[in-house]
Amino acid sequence: MKLKLHEISKSFGPVKANSNINLTVDRGEILGLLGENGAGKTTLMNILTGLYKPDSGKILIDNKLREFHNPREANKNGIGMVHQHFMLVPVFSVTENIILGEEPTNRFNKIDLENAKNKVLKISSEYKLNVDPDLIIEKLPVGIQQRVEIIKILFRDAEILIFDEPTAVLTPQEVVEFFEIIKNLKKTGKAIIFITHKLQEVLEICDRINVLRRGKIVGEEYPKKTDKKKLAQLMVGRKVNLRTSRKKMEQGEVLLEINDLSILSDNKEHVLSNVDLKLHKNEILGIAGVQGNGQTELIEALTGLRSVSSGKISYFGKEYKNFSPRKIHQLGVRHIPEDRQKQGLIGDFSLTENSILNTYYEEKFSNNITLNWANAKIEAKKIIEKFDVRTNSENISANKLSGGNQQKLLIGREMSRSINLLIASQPTRGVDVGSIEYIHNQIVSARNKGIGVILNSTELEEIIALSDRIIVFFEGKVIAEFPSDTNPNIIGLAMAGEN
Amino acid sequence: MKIFNYLGNYFSNRETFQEIIVIPVFATLLAIFLGLLLLIVSGSSNEIALKALIALFYGSFGSLSAISETLTAATPLIFAALGIAIGFRAGLFNIGAEGQIILGGMAAVIIGFSFQLPFFIHLILILLAGALFGALYAFISGWLKATTGAHEVITTIMLNLIAYRLLDFFLRIPSVQKEGRNDPISKSILDTAELPRILYFLDPNLRVHMGFLIAIFAVLIVYWLIFYTTIGYEFRAVGKNLEASRYGGISPSVTIILAMSIAGLLAGLAGASQIAGVLGRATPGFSAGIGFDAIAVALLGRAHPIGVLFAGILFGALIAGGRQMQVSADVSLDLITVIQALIIIFIAAPVLIRKLFPWIFK
Repeated sequence: MKLKLHEISKSFGPVKANSNINLTVDRGEILGLLGENGAGKTTLMNILTGLYKPDSGKILIDNKLREFHNPREANKNGIGMVHQHFMLVPVFSVTENIILGEEPTNRFNKIDLENAKNKVLKISSEYKLNVDPDLIIEKLPVGIQQRVEIIKILFRDAEILIFDEPTAVLTPQEVVEFFEIIKNLKKTGKAIIFITHKLQEVLEICDRINVLRRGKIVGEEYPKKTDKKKLAQLMVGRKVNLRTSRKKMEQGEVLLEINDLSILSDNKEHVLSNVDLKLHKNEILGIAGVQGNGQTELIEALTGLRSVSSGKISYFGKEYKNFSPRKIHQLGVRHIPEDRQKQGLIGDFSLTENSILNTYYEEKFSNNITLNWANAKIEAKKIIEKFDVRTNSENISANKLSGGNQQKLLIGREMSRSINLLIASQPTRGVDVGSIEYIHNQIVSARNKGIGVILNSTELEEIIALSDRIIVFFEGKVIAEFPSDTNPNIIGLAMAGEN
Repeated sequence: MKIFNYLGNYFSNRETFQEIIVIPVFATLLAIFLGLLLLIVSGSSNEIALKALIALFYGSFGSLSAISETLTAATPLIFAALGIAIGFRAGLFNIGAEGQIILGGMAAVIIGFSFQLPFFIHLILILLAGALFGALYAFISGWLKATTGAHEVITTIMLNLIAYRLLDFFLRIPSVQKEGRNDPISKSILDTAELPRILYFLDPNLRVHMGFLIAIFAVLIVYWLIFYTTIGYEFRAVGKNLEASRYGGISPSVTIILAMSIAGLLAGLAGASQIAGVLGRATPGFSAGIGFDAIAVALLGRAHPIGVLFAGILFGALIAGGRQMQVSADVSLDLITVIQALIIIFIAAPVLIRKLFPWIFK
């Protein structure tokens, strides 16, 4: 099938989320849709899948005008979408998940699982997806769960497949496998739209790239005739420095030392076992690994959010274990949490209120009874100015800022005070390219000033770009350590547990 | 609607103006309209409905005595709803105001009849006793939540039931029960413990008492507490985002216990103010569902102290006006309950209000 969007526009109040968008994707073609957060990618796809109605414009499938009022109608017309966050019921089996909403029934209105299972098996083998229809979703790795989502839309006979940031949750190896699957789908004549903000991936897999900025298509490129620099410039609207310059530095003295650290989960399983590591001044230690291999727990333990079962942590040579978050903060440890909306900021609080989240009790902001809002305001303004937070007022609530600006506010709050150790977790997740550049520079300059940095990221590219030393977590253990100039493929293998 | 925009700017720092004022106002108007429609649908004539509407307004704001009745009914609602609002701010749903009112009221009765004290001191003591016992009773729920994770909705409901039975028991204690009476009724508090009527000099029958002034003072204090103090910041942080407040070094347990206790303190004051300002003694059911109406008031006031003040006066007006309606239009007081319920439904479904009056929310 051939999909054509003609002059699609959609506004939310004064905001033009999409204006006059023209886009086509043909059968057997992979179209990359590249754009920063807030560029209008999601709105466009929601129009395409029937969640929003466009203000104007037409959707044509095989040159016939179509209109969808809900996702089901879009489905019937052959459009299927794999969302970034999977829509699966964890306790259901693969087959049960796939038929959910369209359960095939027999004469007695009983669900015909057997029949459905066979169809799942057939799809699975046709596209080399290799999924066992009887397994329970929550026991499957993320990469397989994603394949279940793919089967789900193929089960509904989708011919136009939309993938929203499909690689965000995958390991490098899973990404390779995922690309194979996409290529297979392409061979069988499916039309594919691949939404992402990762430049490398569109260059690698797409036949054609459309770049979206501020609701408009600002460029159409072909992978063979373009490069990362050019794409980034189109995406952001200005020149972007993709690689942070980082000069070699001598390691300083030991700042943080962890010996034989173990953490038990609530049901007494080891989420972290016998971890040893050292961090020096003037050093960025990158923690690579697929999410859920103990990195989060280590960071929570270091920041006082989780208690440690056994082992030793010393900081400047002094015992540092199971301290409260406040005490740790007072020692000059700054934490950029992995989920800024869940942990680092309070969305409904104003920027002023957020900028004193972990210092509100200090003399500067409080006399123990009342808060000094004047000083808090000054603090907020200082952060906004110094860390380039784009906002017109410090009085608006934090959830009105874009992801990049939220992150800059958070990083600004943590870095604008005296600091010895920076623990940064996913510092650029969901952040636009322009802000990534800025945040990376901040982290490197902190390290140049003598600060020790622990950088936890699932983006291997980010780890390699910034780290002086890289360790890999797998199943709660440190299974490998690499110097900064290691080949990404080797690190990727370690992340998958192969050594 | 330029004025809306102007006021909107004032509110934009804290909450949106729409949420605090516009939606509640329209929810109320719509609820009254539907209530009257219900009256007509159920067989009353148009004249009766009109009469009821006039009586509702006349009985609540139409005369000095009507206003006095409105404010008298509003006083305990404002106290208790302020407490519930603080709970909301800290992410707690305190259903237990009723029980806390009963405990506060019982403490007030004891202090009220058992000591011979000078006027002013006695009054302060009776209020303090009410506040203290309300706070202690709510503390139980806060402490259970902080230490065991027991949900406050469950524990406060259970404590309400226990409070009812405690009151029954209390009223049968020989030293509490009024001499020469067989029915459960407590001794009356002494004159020195009574909250004086503030419009006494105009007409001794105007019942509005000093408790109302204290309630307004409490509104200001709570406003200050929520928005200007360190504790208020902690309450709001925990209520909006528990994980982020932990990250920020706030102890959720301490905050939960404190917020719950302050909520109970205010509900206890509601009980004491009812005893010392209106009732003078305790009877079974003296709490009269104030603790539950106060939940509605807190919701209607959007957990904002100023909102609570106006919502409390509105509910007081509905109660006072409802009585007048019953007398002069012979319409059942239950209609007021229906209107109150409708208000809450509309408040809980702001989208409905936005859809019904789209031109206001442009």
